[in-house]
Amino acid sequence: MEVRVSGVRKEFDRFPALHDVSLDINSGELIALLGPSGSGKTTLLRLIAGLETPTDGKVFFGDEDASLKSVQERNVGFVFQHYALFRHMTVIDNVGFGLKVRPGANRPSKEEIRRRSSELLDFVQLSGLEKRYPAQLSGGQRQRVALARAMAIEPRVLLLDEPFGALDAKVRKELRRWLREIHDKTQHTTVFVTHDQDEALELADRVVVMSQGKIEQVGTPDEVYDRPNSPFVYSFIGESSSLDVSIQSGTIHLGDKALDLKSEQADGKGVLYFRPHDVELLGGSEARISGVVIASRRVGATRRVELEIDGTESRVEIEIPADHPAKVGSPLAFLPKHWRVFGKSA
Amino acid sequence: MTPFRFKRPSIIPGFGMTLGFTLAYLALIVLIPLAGLVWRSAALGWEGFFNVAIDPRTVNAMKISFGTSFIAALVNVVFGVIVAWVLVRYRFPGRRIIDAIVDLPFALPTAVAGIALTALYAKNGWIGKWLEPLGIKVAFTPLGIVIALIFIGLPFVVRTVQPVMEEIRKEVEEAAATLGATRFQTITRVLLPGLQPAILTGFALAFARAVGEYGSVIFIAGNLPYVSEIAPLLIVIRLEEFDYAGATAIATIMLSISFLMLLVINLIQAWSRRRYGYGT
Amino acid sequence: MAHDLPISNESAKAWHPATTESRTARFVLIATALAFLGLFLLLPLIAVFVEAFRKGPEAYLAAFAEPDALAAIRLTLLVAAIAVPLNIVFGVVAAWAIAKFEFKGKAFLTTLIDLPFSVSPVISGLVYVLLFSSQSFLGPWLKSHGIEVLFAVPGIVLATVFVTFPFVARELIPLMQDQGTTDEEAALSLGANGWQTFWHVTLPNIKWGLLYGVLLCNARAMGEFGAVSVVSGHIRGLTNTMPLHVEILYNEYNFVAAFAVASLLALLALVTLVLKTLLELRYGAELRAAGGH
Repeated sequence: MEVRVSGVRKEFDRFPALHDVSLDINSGELIALLGPSGSGKTTLLRLIAGLETPTDGKVFFGDEDASLKSVQERNVGFVFQHYALFRHMTVIDNVGFGLKVRPGANRPSKEEIRRRSSELLDFVQLSGLEKRYPAQLSGGQRQRVALARAMAIEPRVLLLDEPFGALDAKVRKELRRWLREIHDKTQHTTVFVTHDQDEALELADRVVVMSQGKIEQVGTPDEVYDRPNSPFVYSFIGESSSLDVSIQSGTIHLGDKALDLKSEQADGKGVLYFRPHDVELLGGSEARISGVVIASRRVGATRRVELEIDGTESRVEIEIPADHPAKVGSPLAFLPKHWRVFGKSA
Repeated sequence: MTPFRFKRPSIIPGFGMTLGFTLAYLALIVLIPLAGLVWRSAALGWEGFFNVAIDPRTVNAMKISFGTSFIAALVNVVFGVIVAWVLVRYRFPGRRIIDAIVDLPFALPTAVAGIALTALYAKNGWIGKWLEPLGIKVAFTPLGIVIALIFIGLPFVVRTVQPVMEEIRKEVEEAAATLGATRFQTITRVLLPGLQPAILTGFALAFARAVGEYGSVIFIAGNLPYVSEIAPLLIVIRLEEFDYAGATAIATIMLSISFLMLLVINLIQAWSRRRYGYGT
Repeated sequence: MAHDLPISNESAKAWHPATTESRTARFVLIATALAFLGLFLLLPLIAVFVEAFRKGPEAYLAAFAEPDALAAIRLTLLVAAIAVPLNIVFGVVAAWAIAKFEFKGKAFLTTLIDLPFSVSPVISGLVYVLLFSSQSFLGPWLKSHGIEVLFAVPGIVLATVFVTFPFVARELIPLMQDQGTTDEEAALSLGANGWQTFWHVTLPNIKWGLLYGVLLCNARAMGEFGAVSVVSGHIRGLTNTMPLHVEILYNEYNFVAAFAVASLLALLALVTLVLKTLLELRYGAELRAAGGH
């Protein structure tokens, strides 16, 4: 099922949570809404589910305007951050709940509900725990029950709010891989919310990066990582370094020095963004970013140094090979291999 | 195996003194007098005990006490849950005052409640005069007893259910909605069953309190033997007749039932905690 | 969890949050709750004051000019002044023993402390009658030493102590358990002795919970009817507390006077409720650990 969010705006008591958000989700896609807290990602997810109503704009499931439908009618599978299992029901009753509350004509028989619930529990590898109560399960097991319960209603789209947020690191990694496998088998259109970039990049077909109620960038993990299109995405995903620069007739200048970096942007002030590990160390200082090492730390397989740029007080971090001879006080010059300049926003 | 140890070591002083005082005071005020009752009751012997227990007036008083208490507790469960729901879920002017008023039966002396309810429900009373032409008699009938017991039992249900209701996560209701449940189904199949242990506990507390209630009932009940005479009143009557044996036997039966109720309440809570991971 | 009314919007007029009821259902539920509370709780309270003033303020005030009424008020205050402090001391001491230490049988001891709440007031009085009556061991012996317990002030005090026994303790035990022992351990490690630790560290931590317990204990002590009725003997001017005086006046068909005295007790209840609500509003978070009644 394709899902289309079109020009959606949402205000809570006049406080804007989403500004004019549009997004197309392809059928069978696994998509991540990634952003810091307060970026509106959960609000967007809840709007798709019908748990919130947009102040403006529409949500389409296929060609059908879902905005006119209530949550109950939308047939979405929603997995909550804290699972929201019904604690007075056994595991199998939790899974079967969505089928049991269907109106008479569409309701499968008792045996059929039981059979389908067991199958799903089997599918999420929880056979044998049918009679347990949620309180008797581990966090990871509860998450699986929540997923099975959401899938039991044969949802048109599966929505997961911070699905691994409440789990410890090890279980989280396991479940991540497992969710990908489940998705590959079932091909449900799936949207999940996360604030963890590793989770988004590893799991999703496409990542939607959000900030302050807006979508900053939509793209494959490679696209958002390698070609961030805004300062926010640069700094939010992966590591980034930045320097104040200016553009003069197509060349980027650091202070008065023209760098060997060309830009087609109009003249003016800007900020140069690049990845600290994606740099080329070069001799000399002409047309290079050059400075003096003022701090050096060993980080894993590489060494991270902080440079004070010649003639300025600005500092920048880059990564150099662990065996590089540069020490505190050594001069060093480099140019980023991939970079972008963003105009200074007024 | 760790050796038996009565108390875990602690650097905090005063354990012996405070525990000693607690036990002594508890024994003097509560345990010894209660034991005295049991001892006096045992002195009656089985036959003496049974003679009181199967006396028709005793049996009737018990029936009236338990019957009216049961009905009042049922009414309180229905309305207590509604009151708790309204207080927890809705914001409306005066909510705080209403919330405070719920505790009125805890604070208002029972005798005051008793005469006030009688003033309302007597046949020339505020409410009674409207019910009288309809042929409904409240004061001096078992119905009057039920009214008084509703009054004193209500806060037990509200105050037991309310905190558990407050802890219901919004997500649980949203989950039910996304799974296709109507609001009515969410309430009847998810929320109320989840509150079941709290509701049962509230019922048991209201019932237990109602069975022993005296002050608020005796004014409105009319106290006709076999019709509207409650067991606690019969104890008082036996005492006034200096029939200590009779009073003791009835009291022992009632006390046993109270303790049984206490046990039931504890069992409900233990069961709920074990199974669902939450108490009441 | 407040569920405010949904902001009206044009795109989906019928929409309301999945976690609340329709406007009609909400209205019906609120109306039902208010009607029930109004009928069963508020109306009796109003009736007390209306009946008390039925024959005007003079008749109302005359009820208090009577020496028996004054004696009843005095006795009620006296009984509360003895019973409440006794149970405060017990409550604090018991809470210290139970909350600050781990020992076998603690849960059972806590249940025993709550016991008086599950005993009918009439039985609470009866146990003392049996203990001190002329047919008991103690009664005749005490009498020969000139001590009257039954149908006298000591019996009334004992019965009141019994019924109000758990109030302070059950408020303090969960509160002190929640606060743990780290504060006390810190004070002791800084050289304070046990008494200083209690006075300067523990007591300030529990003062609002203590006040809350005292408030409820006092309301019950002044208002207790059943237990006191059994042990008092109803001697006018001597062993009648206010609730018993209300009963006597009422049974003598002196309704205005009965309701006048009752109105004082109702005022006491209202003051208790107001103070209790203020405490909950102001120190709710601290008290919440103590949970309920």
